[in-house]
Amino acid sequence: MIFPALFFYLFAGVCIAAAVMVIAARNPVHSVLFLILAFVNAAALFVLLGAEFLAMILIIVYVGAVLVLFLFVVMMLDVDFAELRQGFIQYLPIGAFLGVILLIELVLVLVSWTIGPDVQRTIATPIPPIASMVNAEALGQVLYTRYVYFFQAAGVVLLVAMIGAIVLTLRHKPHVKRQNIAEQVARTKATAIDIVKVRPGQGL
Amino acid sequence: MTIGLGHYLTVAAILFTIGIFGIFLNRKNVIIILMSIELILLAVNVNLVAFSAFLGDLVGQIYALLVLTVAAAEAAIGLAILVAYYRNRGSIAVEDINLMKG
Repeated sequence: MIFPALFFYLFAGVCIAAAVMVIAARNPVHSVLFLILAFVNAAALFVLLGAEFLAMILIIVYVGAVLVLFLFVVMMLDVDFAELRQGFIQYLPIGAFLGVILLIELVLVLVSWTIGPDVQRTIATPIPPIASMVNAEALGQVLYTRYVYFFQAAGVVLLVAMIGAIVLTLRHKPHVKRQNIAEQVARTKATAIDIVKVRPGQGL
Repeated sequence: MTIGLGHYLTVAAILFTIGIFGIFLNRKNVIIILMSIELILLAVNVNLVAFSAFLGDLVGQIYALLVLTVAAAEAAIGLAILVAYYRNRGSIAVEDINLMKG
């Protein structure tokens, strides 16, 4: 009984400390690396909660793709980050003020809140016992049947994001020869060949 | 000492607050602002998964999956806009982003 609590405090503590370092680190590369640490620890919290599939998705997709994309962009942009940190102290009081107010509100909500007695009867899809079905299988049986439209909508969102990112960053440099397929297809015999009659004895 | 729903909600609340705080603290750096938004979405996901686990309802995890999808799309589009902006203007400072006079 002591070990789950111990691991919860370990992962939660590291996660929060890493989150603080994300916004406080001097170097954005360090910020991204601390964000990776925060996400990995959040994934560990998901494992403690029994959501193994989401934890693995968080590590593989999020840490493996999205945060590496962040790292890529941070390293690619040649920006003077020291200049961007100007005003850090200036914004600290108002930010701390608003943050403390928000935290107090969230804590007030947290302590004055109970689960209603009839919540247990309105559960849409109960989690099956882990002995009969693992988390990924249970999630798949719900996701591909009852929530299949949400699943496809998520796919459309990703497709639109992919197309949007390509459109935003695609750039045709001048002085680079490219294949123009329409032009090639539109060629005819008349436009491609020029027949020149050369009389004997005279050059062109 | 048993870990209840309140513990996870507290962690999520602290993460959310750190995210909001980060937006205020790094007002000039778009990349850190995007990372703060990622932290906020992570806090939302922790909330969803915690409620899902403690109420025994699988729908929370499906919502968390959809939030994850939208967050990934948002990060990709945001970074693409950032790269395109940097190419055009040579700067990513927030106060230089004023072409629309907003």
